[in-house]
Amino acid sequence: MFSSFMVNAWLIATIVAVVAGVVGFFVVLRGSAFPAHAIPNGAFAGAAGANLIGVNPLIGLGVFSLGAALGIARLSRRGRADAVTAMALVMMLALGAAFLSQSTEYEPAIFSLLFGEILGVSGGQIVPVAALGVLCVVAVGALYRRLLLTSIVPEIAAARGLAPQRVEVAFLVVIACATTMTVPVVGALLIFTLMIGPPAAARCFVDRPGPALVLSVAIALVAVWASIAFSYTTNWPVGFYVSSFSALAYGAGRCYAWRRRRRAAAVL
Amino acid sequence: MFEPGFFSSGPVVTALVIGAVTAVVSAVVGVFTVVRGQSFAGHALTDVATTGGSGAFFFGVSPLVGFLGAGVIGAGAMDLIGVQRLRGRDLATGVVLGVATGLAALFLYLDTTSRATTGATQQILFGSIFTVSSSVIPLVIVMSALTVGVIALIHRPLLLSSFSSELAAARGISLRRVGLLFMLALAVAVGLSSIAIGSVLSTALLIGPAATAIRLTSSLRRALLVAGVLGVVSTWLGVLLAYDSFYWFPSSQGLPVSFFIVSLVFLAFLGSGPLSARRGSRSPATEQARGSLRAEVV
Repeated sequence: MFSSFMVNAWLIATIVAVVAGVVGFFVVLRGSAFPAHAIPNGAFAGAAGANLIGVNPLIGLGVFSLGAALGIARLSRRGRADAVTAMALVMMLALGAAFLSQSTEYEPAIFSLLFGEILGVSGGQIVPVAALGVLCVVAVGALYRRLLLTSIVPEIAAARGLAPQRVEVAFLVVIACATTMTVPVVGALLIFTLMIGPPAAARCFVDRPGPALVLSVAIALVAVWASIAFSYTTNWPVGFYVSSFSALAYGAGRCYAWRRRRRAAAVL
Repeated sequence: MFEPGFFSSGPVVTALVIGAVTAVVSAVVGVFTVVRGQSFAGHALTDVATTGGSGAFFFGVSPLVGFLGAGVIGAGAMDLIGVQRLRGRDLATGVVLGVATGLAALFLYLDTTSRATTGATQQILFGSIFTVSSSVIPLVIVMSALTVGVIALIHRPLLLSSFSSELAAARGISLRRVGLLFMLALAVAVGLSSIAIGSVLSTALLIGPAATAIRLTSSLRRALLVAGVLGVVSTWLGVLLAYDSFYWFPSSQGLPVSFFIVSLVFLAFLGSGPLSARRGSRSPATEQARGSLRAEVV
């Protein structure tokens, strides 16, 4: 399990978990689950397109995820954000279907783009993923106070002259950046799971944002590490385990929050 | 424009019929989905239903049972976790969606390793209107009629509860029950359309025509009508273009029908933005639509 070819998998999974834990914390806080699902999922079409014209898939992913983030932000100014997100998502998926119909890509390649192939990561993939990961975490760090203010107390944010729309655009771009680096490794569907489950669980256990953020990263790390170990032994897809462990963590969090509330009610 | 053999081709005729039925049902359910702000749930349920489809494939059950069963279970789970609070709603949808995609990964893996069925992944994920067997048509039509019936029955409390929960509660409407009933109707509609036309098209036809119609008109009845017509027209035009596209490239490698239908729906949605702005409202058009829909209900 810890043989030389697995070292890359452990390393890259750790980076992905940290980024998903940090970015996902704000996804949950801001109720941005839909864009967090739509951007990685639609970006998959970019990879398919890049394959078709013979470019590095990372470029296709980057272009599509960034285009999705900016497009959703732009169109949401007039009209409902959730309907706009749905439209952007299906348009990108339809483009993806068109690209696939024209290419000779064989099926396992599609499967791995959607569900990831973390066990087959090459050493060359680590550097770009690590660089984009650092970029994401730094960006969230720079936006930290503004993100917190606009999501928790929008009135105070407005009083301080923060433009919520600009913060939203910046945040969507961060999601796009996280998407570009993680989709080739963990797949479009899994990065979403990892951005929702662990942070949502962390919010059930802890109230204060700082500790909740740390806990979110910790849960994401444990979930990913356990998933790799299980996937390695059983040969079942990593994605299945990641989503199961994330859901288990969230279930445990809800139980804990429920019991805490009941105890508080009993004391009163 | 009509390439030879368009109307005499069996799959094409099936596609036109199934496409029209699902487009109308999606448009009706879609108008309420968009007004209630539940586009994410509407989309997520297609993925949940798709998981059911791959599960049914693995266990050898009828795909219809898989699609509808998974959709209904998913809708129930979303409601249980907390669809009531607006922000919690997205989270509940996300959690259910996460579990469903994880299961889909497992089922697809088991499907492809245990039976060596090439094309299963793509078939289940994208589907194709041209590969629907004509034997499912009657069932799809019956279930669709049922769904529309349920929506028609609850349409007043449904609208009222999406505009003003206080007013609805004052009239003795159980928000929880109306919400759950709508989620179940949504799950059935989405399950049917994802089995008939694939999950991508399902979301496109659910949200696109409805969101466009709500931007263009402010009465509920007209919104339903516009959405239905838009859905059917883009579906039929898309089928025609896809059929023709087999003759466009020398490789005679056509483009998928979902690409054309989604593009048409998307273009209509984009075009409706400037149109609704020109109607001279300073407030966003949807708000205006909500205002008059509200007037209609109250």
